Amino acid sequence: MEKEKDYIRDIAEIRSMMERSSKFLSLSGWAGVMAGIYAIIGVYIAHKLFHFNPGETAYTSTTPGSWPDNFTNVFSLALSVLILAIGTAIFFSYNKANKRNEKLWNPTSRRLLVNMAIPLVTGGVLTFILISKALLDLIAPFTLLFYGLALYNAGKFTYGEVRVLGLIEIGLGLIGAYFTGTGLLCWAIGFGVLHIIYGIYIHYKYEQ
Amino acid sequence: MKVSIDGLYKAFESRIRLGIMSALAVNDTLDFNSLKEFLGVTDGNLASHLKALEKEAFISLEKSFVGRKPNTKYFITKEGKKAFDNHLRALEQLIKSQK
Repeated sequence: MEKEKDYIRDIAEIRSMMERSSKFLSLSGWAGVMAGIYAIIGVYIAHKLFHFNPGETAYTSTTPGSWPDNFTNVFSLALSVLILAIGTAIFFSYNKANKRNEKLWNPTSRRLLVNMAIPLVTGGVLTFILISKALLDLIAPFTLLFYGLALYNAGKFTYGEVRVLGLIEIGLGLIGAYFTGTGLLCWAIGFGVLHIIYGIYIHYKYEQ
Repeated sequence: MKVSIDGLYKAFESRIRLGIMSALAVNDTLDFNSLKEFLGVTDGNLASHLKALEKEAFISLEKSFVGRKPNTKYFITKEGKKAFDNHLRALEQLIKSQK
């Protein structure tokens, strides 16, 4: 009897070690919820207070677009949302890793970040190119697309659900790129609503 | 004899060695510090278990330098993977037969 228990424990430990050494599982659900809330507040401020409303101009105008007067405001707002979201993610993940007796900066988190970095940096550089060409309408769908690609890639190295999230973000990005008028709405859904749903799901599935 | 009657490998009797094999089975390579972190063991302890597995030719290592710091990467060998798979199968068989 005692032996049997030992074998079962051996198998359980093998499985746990394989998972722990190949996947980063300290991603926090709450960080997702918070990031979603920041994104929605950000879109609300951009839309209502700064009257930022990207339209169809990217495809229809033959002359280069121009920057609206409020562009610096919107840009600093977007940057603040990004920094807040990343900061919160690091903070919550750090706490979660501590609770799980893991380090935040370990081989699995490194691998996760490296695999996300290539699509993300590409998307970031492209965003600056779009800004320099004043093609502002395309920024929201393109950030969704590259974020989606990064998540899809990252799904192999963390919760499998991240892959699904990535695919939906890609879908939203494509919709936003076709119907440029819906770009901001798609962005609010992709970075706001989806993050909140995903965060709650992760929290109830893995953090209870 | 490396293998006992029930098909279990003697080399994997230790939990730490089993842990090393599990981690290396799903990673191309792992360095000493990563293994240490995953297993939560002391340097000396880990080193002696790694030596034992290396002696059985179940794992191998590759030494290189990161800047001036020596960096040793461990990886599982073909034989090691085979032995580990056999060991897993034997464990599953034992659990099944005891039910």
